[in-house]
Amino acid sequence: MLITRRIEFSASHACRNPRLGEDENRAIYGLSANPHGHNYVLEVTLEGEPDPISGMVFDLKRLKDILTREILEPMDHRFLNREVAPFDTLAPTAENVAVEVWRRLEPHLNFNAVRLHRVRLYETEDLYVDYLGETP
Amino acid sequence: MIRLTRRYRFSAAHRLHAPALSEADNGALYGKCNNPFGHGHDYVLEVSVRGPLDPATGRAADVGALDSLVRREVLEPLDHQDLNSGVPAFAAAIPTAENIAIEIRARLARQWPRAFPGEWPRLDRIRIYETKRNRFDLYG
Repeated sequence: MLITRRIEFSASHACRNPRLGEDENRAIYGLSANPHGHNYVLEVTLEGEPDPISGMVFDLKRLKDILTREILEPMDHRFLNREVAPFDTLAPTAENVAVEVWRRLEPHLNFNAVRLHRVRLYETEDLYVDYLGETP
Repeated sequence: MIRLTRRYRFSAAHRLHAPALSEADNGALYGKCNNPFGHGHDYVLEVSVRGPLDPATGRAADVGALDSLVRREVLEPLDHQDLNSGVPAFAAAIPTAENIAIEIRARLARQWPRAFPGEWPRLDRIRIYETKRNRFDLYG
């Protein structure tokens, strides 16, 4: 069974690869190379079977606490390039933010009976990316 | 591997009418959708692509290139058209949402190598919302 919790956070970013020059960044990312912001919507999906005693796959309150501690507190109302590693050296594209969210959450959501299944990050209503971890 | 989904909108008119069936059978099969004067929808189109993350750009797909491709091949030809008379594919195929999804996939696939010359990204899914309550997915 899959269970999903959604959170929102707002952050600013500039899509730039610090190893590239101004012209190259402009050519790759266009307007997104300027500092700007988004109301990100993050959906975190866990996969598991309901526990026979609690009837739950995972305690959603506990999931909320993990999301608050690992994602919301470090990223909400931050300038990702300056304040959130590894985006000092890595362009905070939607793809890279989704992978970083996965990296931050996965160690806290890896149990025998339940595991992280998918991270879906909406950068806007009209653009979202899915990351399901590195498939072998 | 990343899957990236982009959402677009277009509005179009259509009429569901199967030439192989009688007037009475068309009425029974399609109901209000068989209205001879046609009707229309605000379609929502989601195009999903998948590919590995390019370490140089941090992206799995060039969204600008996808936008240009979809605009040129799908939105400009379909938006604010009467699909039955304005889009040649629907002279033969009935413009159900299923057939619209198939037509959109064919249009994108035809020009895909020009928009994305490398191995990746690949087209993963076409999703069409005909209304908020009806959704159609076509994979591959």
